[in-house]
Amino acid sequence: MIAGLSNEKIRALPAFLGKNQRRLDDFFTIEGECSDDVKIVGDASKLKWIGRGMTRGRLIIEGSAGMHLGAYMEGGTIEVTGNAGDWLGAEMTGGTIRIGGNAGGQAGAAYRGSLTGMRNGTILIGGSAGLEVGMRMLRGTIVVAGGVRDFAGLEMKGGTLVLGGAELRTGAWMLRGTIVSLAPIPILPTFAYASAYNPTFLRLYARQVKLPGFSIPFDPATGVYRRYTGDAAVPGKGELLVWEGSSS
Amino acid sequence: MALMPDNVQVIDTFAEAFGMRASRVVITARSPEWAQTAAQSMTGFATSVIGCKLEAGIEETLKGSATPDGRPGVSVLVFGSDADGLAKRLIERIGQTVLTCPTTACFDGLPEAADRVPVGGMLRHFGDKFQSSKFLDGIRYWRIPVMEGEFLIQESFGIQKAIGGGNFLILARDEDSALGAAEAAVSAMRTVRGVILPFPGGIVRSGSKVGARHYKNMIASTNDAYCPTLKGRLGPESALPEEVNSVLEIVVDGLDRASIEEALRAGIAAARRPGVVAISAGNYGGKLGKHHFHLRELTSA
Repeated sequence: MIAGLSNEKIRALPAFLGKNQRRLDDFFTIEGECSDDVKIVGDASKLKWIGRGMTRGRLIIEGSAGMHLGAYMEGGTIEVTGNAGDWLGAEMTGGTIRIGGNAGGQAGAAYRGSLTGMRNGTILIGGSAGLEVGMRMLRGTIVVAGGVRDFAGLEMKGGTLVLGGAELRTGAWMLRGTIVSLAPIPILPTFAYASAYNPTFLRLYARQVKLPGFSIPFDPATGVYRRYTGDAAVPGKGELLVWEGSSS
Repeated sequence: MALMPDNVQVIDTFAEAFGMRASRVVITARSPEWAQTAAQSMTGFATSVIGCKLEAGIEETLKGSATPDGRPGVSVLVFGSDADGLAKRLIERIGQTVLTCPTTACFDGLPEAADRVPVGGMLRHFGDKFQSSKFLDGIRYWRIPVMEGEFLIQESFGIQKAIGGGNFLILARDEDSALGAAEAAVSAMRTVRGVILPFPGGIVRSGSKVGARHYKNMIASTNDAYCPTLKGRLGPESALPEEVNSVLEIVVDGLDRASIEEALRAGIAAARRPGVVAISAGNYGGKLGKHHFHLRELTSA
């Protein structure tokens, strides 16, 4: 929306403070030249819907971002040095979101009443995340270097979720897709243990995912993934891959 | 005839080559040895489209840093007469030789090619609906469950226009000289990327002519003009100087003209050894193949 506009037009863009419509320059100082690159400096943790439906370009937030960051995003890149709120990249269909800190719940998820969450794209979270990460996601990749709370991959339909760890009910009612946990997690009784191996496809993800201090292990010398299939309660054809290091 | 510095004559003729379609297949495995094993199986019995339906060879070995999954690999080039035929052969070959080989995975080596054929997309059916896919960076991969674990293969492979049948002939005083020169040429040509030498060890001892003089159903038969044992016999007109007693041919297929020229140039230079009388080339009068590689232009460049 901002790309191609003059600074004057950007300053005049509508922004809402509660129900009251104001001008963007009531809240921001607008600087620079017309570009596909936008940088927001300062605390934007109360600012919602940043990058909604974004199709191209690069959005950098030096600070934290509020709820619905990159929701319905189609392309381009969003980078946040701080934290992000709930519904990060909800129902996005393309592009990449990179969060340096933590994220709230429902990252990449389907909105309430919607059948399908994230359809493509990549969400990389350097810290932890909240509830229902990747709920009903169909395709794409979400990586959370830290742990996530309950119901990660709830009703998941496809795609790949890589987690540093998870709390309860991971993969509940999942139909398809892959949830990788790099730490031991509680396994629902509706998941069946299949085998222990090192899937070749994870090597592709290990190469693609670049988060500081985080890597997806794949070397048989350092451990193995325990594969569980489910959720049989649906019944589903999804998989949980839980890393078991050689030393553990 | 032109005399090269070492008195090896370069005959004023040209190699006649044909338009083909090609794919590059990258095979990876747990070790370089297993990747090589799969590649050798895949490129076996693939010397000529005349009898094998395709031509294939190993292009180069790859370090883990150059492969999609970070494991050691081998790059294979496969050439066919047309895209449809090549697609069928890829499915057959990869299905029988790479899918079956322990620890391997298989990737497209021509990601920029606009023409694509579903190879993994067909081989996935071996998974009997237990297969699953991953979509990463706009590329679909298939994970096919196998007894060992899982076989990973890319959905589609690129096909591009290519050239097959670039060649030159080494005319030597004796068998040792011909073989030594051919081996040296092969070593030099295998350093060129984008080409393969599809015949055994990269060398052909049985060059052919189109059709046959005496068997009307034969597609190809021995190149009698270059058979030393037929010199002086009534019937075939020999193309060999009197002192030539052994001839070997190097055939090269390439992804583009430039790579074939580079390979031919390197091969001819390496073949200039003692005992080699002349360098010639095989052609059909220029009427069958549209790609002509003139030896003198190559060696004077």
